[in-house]
Amino acid sequence: MDPMTALAEAPNAATVVRDAVARHGGDVHDLVQILREVQEVCDWIAPEAIDALVAELGVPRTKIEGVAGFYSFFYLAPRGAYRVLFSDNVTDRIAGSAGLKSRMCRNLWIEPGKVSEDGVVSVDLTSCTGMCDQGPAMLVNNRAITRLGESRIDEICELIRSRVPLDEWPAVFFRVDDNIRRTDMLLGSPFELGAAMKAVETRGAPGMLDELLASNLRGRGGAGFATATKWLLCREAPAAAHYVVCNADEGEPGTFKDRVLLTRRPDLVFEGMTLCARLVGARRGFVYLRGEYRYLLEPLNRVLAGRREQNLLGLSILGVAGFDFDIEIHLGAGAYVCGEESALIESLEGKRGTPRNRPPYPVTCGYRNQPTVVNNVETFAAASLIAVYGGSWFAAVGTPQSSGTKLLSVSGDCARPGIYEYPFGVSVGQVLADCGAGAAQAVQVGGPSGNCIDAGEFARGICFEDIPTAGAFMVFGRQRDMFDVARNFTRFFAHESCGFCTPCRVGTSLLNDLMDKLARGQGSPYDFEQIEILNHRLRSLSHCGLGHSACNPVLETIAKFRSTYERRLVHTQYVPAFDLDRALAEARQMTGRQDAGAYIGDRK
Amino acid sequence: MNAFKLDGRDIPFEPGQTILQAVQAAGQEIPHLCYHPDFKPHGSCKLCSVRINGRMVSSCTAPAHDGMTVESDMPDINEERRTLLQMLFVEGNHFCPSCEKSGACRLQASAYELKMMSPHYDHFFPDRPVDASHADYLLDTNRCILCSLCVRASRDVDGKNVFALSGRGIHTRLIVNAKSGRLGDTDFSGEDKAAHVCPVGAILRKRVGFAVPIGQRPFDPPHEGD
Repeated sequence: MDPMTALAEAPNAATVVRDAVARHGGDVHDLVQILREVQEVCDWIAPEAIDALVAELGVPRTKIEGVAGFYSFFYLAPRGAYRVLFSDNVTDRIAGSAGLKSRMCRNLWIEPGKVSEDGVVSVDLTSCTGMCDQGPAMLVNNRAITRLGESRIDEICELIRSRVPLDEWPAVFFRVDDNIRRTDMLLGSPFELGAAMKAVETRGAPGMLDELLASNLRGRGGAGFATATKWLLCREAPAAAHYVVCNADEGEPGTFKDRVLLTRRPDLVFEGMTLCARLVGARRGFVYLRGEYRYLLEPLNRVLAGRREQNLLGLSILGVAGFDFDIEIHLGAGAYVCGEESALIESLEGKRGTPRNRPPYPVTCGYRNQPTVVNNVETFAAASLIAVYGGSWFAAVGTPQSSGTKLLSVSGDCARPGIYEYPFGVSVGQVLADCGAGAAQAVQVGGPSGNCIDAGEFARGICFEDIPTAGAFMVFGRQRDMFDVARNFTRFFAHESCGFCTPCRVGTSLLNDLMDKLARGQGSPYDFEQIEILNHRLRSLSHCGLGHSACNPVLETIAKFRSTYERRLVHTQYVPAFDLDRALAEARQMTGRQDAGAYIGDRK
Repeated sequence: MNAFKLDGRDIPFEPGQTILQAVQAAGQEIPHLCYHPDFKPHGSCKLCSVRINGRMVSSCTAPAHDGMTVESDMPDINEERRTLLQMLFVEGNHFCPSCEKSGACRLQASAYELKMMSPHYDHFFPDRPVDASHADYLLDTNRCILCSLCVRASRDVDGKNVFALSGRGIHTRLIVNAKSGRLGDTDFSGEDKAAHVCPVGAILRKRVGFAVPIGQRPFDPPHEGD
């Protein structure tokens, strides 16, 4: 719809809500999906929409507002007809996103984070959108735009000023490349539709589990739990229903391999889920796809429809009586913490994405408190190939404790960013050589919650025995200041903390403030000590892995790039973070004064 | 009989009890804020964290196991608890001297008990609303520590869902069940369990402030000669 028309005749919230609720059979477990669908039409979740949701779903208003308020992509206040979010990963920054954002704000005459006076547009930041190999990137109304540059920004501003509907914007803006640079078994092995399931029917469930066991396949999400064990535990857990969930909430900054896998080989993933369903006895499966990949929803739904047509999903799959299974795609809405499996399940159930107390683990008590397998996209894809080619074929590749291959999402300071598939055990140096990173000083493997590897460690290998990773591989050249990298990551964790437990909710913000303090030149060795104490508290007391790893980037860069911190410890004695001139900034802005008399100290 | 060791003392427990439940049943205490015996524990404040085999766990949610060794009242653990209290103090706007919950406040009492001498961190000074719209109760979210006891009480006991948490991370906030966002427009009442569980001064009955003299308030230290 033309935004001008949209502004003139706002869609009737009650009707939109009724339709969305009906599409989901009135099931409040689908609240996150319902909210997304309402917002896609209405631009925000207005009080009238909440009225309608309360009436249609029969839940209290607090439930709707509590859930909607949790997710970054849901708006309880208007954010304009064009909602621009710049991806704020460090790779976007390296590629100049900050300057582009300022340019856009200047162009549109708006302040970042605020809605334009005419209510048409807002410009803000968001966590990494998974386009690191083709950044800087942004989302406009949750649609990904890549390869931003000054001219593209100017064009976008013009389109917004002229109120051109998003659907009529040049298609090239929305082009997302796969950038596959190196393939191995996962991206390269031929695969015939339905082959994995036919193999399971031939081998039988115990035979298939034996192959999986022989393959030594471990979860690709980073933790590396043995897949065969997980599936077996779920299979053996007695329950009314079992579920299969594919974790495609690829939120770790610097990771984008699931996007490519779901673009190139979705059938491999869906078939892996289906054979898992066969083994554990599940009738229903979900793909939890991060909201940043909204543009994949229709293509993936078409793939699912095709599979239903070919009797690879639905009732009596492949003609086997009782083999009933189907897959739904649920979209996330801008919450990194939902990549944690129990938070993901809460979100799937239409709740705030707060990690659960564990045990019990999802494998015995997951979706709707039933046994649930949650695996990464790459894990399901690998399982399909193991079904076809056998466990020993898979185990022959990689290292003793890390069989198979790993998809790496390579970005940052290198000539050829993109997807690289290597057998496990590949050295960091080999990847650097292949991607054309001649002068790297460091690589962040596994994203902000992973490891910072410096030049002295480039011989180390990527595998569970040495450097485990979910796939992010961000390269930093010698010209980069590793303090800025750590500060970007710290801001990310503070933004993404779910707020449930005290240490993470407050501690990540305190850490962020301390890093800002150092950046402003107010640091002293005392602040250093404080960072170390906070790190200890977060690790020891946090409720989940997000809090446990929030200090990693700072600690690792302190250990390996101490000079970049020491440069900022300009004071030997403690200096308060409070700065009178900084506190007066708002007053200066309100009075329009920038003269020397409006400053206490030196004008900065 | 099932029993575990808490700082060297034997604590018996019934199967199914959490560590904190067993400790309280034995007449002992572990500092806590978000736990209340009437509701399902959820382990968010982390003040009740104890150490088992070198790992910190929330004693309100961790099940008791026979023969386990639990460390709680240790200098280093109390140091960690002090940090948590300091975090809670700087996160909100807590001005004890002018707060009518002073002396009956669990946050303040815990800070005294754990010998917290200063807030240590820079105050966040968040801009949070005070809601005086209800005839009998005042809702001052400046003092809210997001323990969600009122949320659980209203949902699980009162069956009303007057309160909930919204927002995320440091922007997590308490909301009420009204389109206006005002407590006065909800069906909240002084009869509700939720009206009596706030461990701090966020949900306060009106017109009874400062009625109890200093020295006789629940957490005042015992008088000399008592």
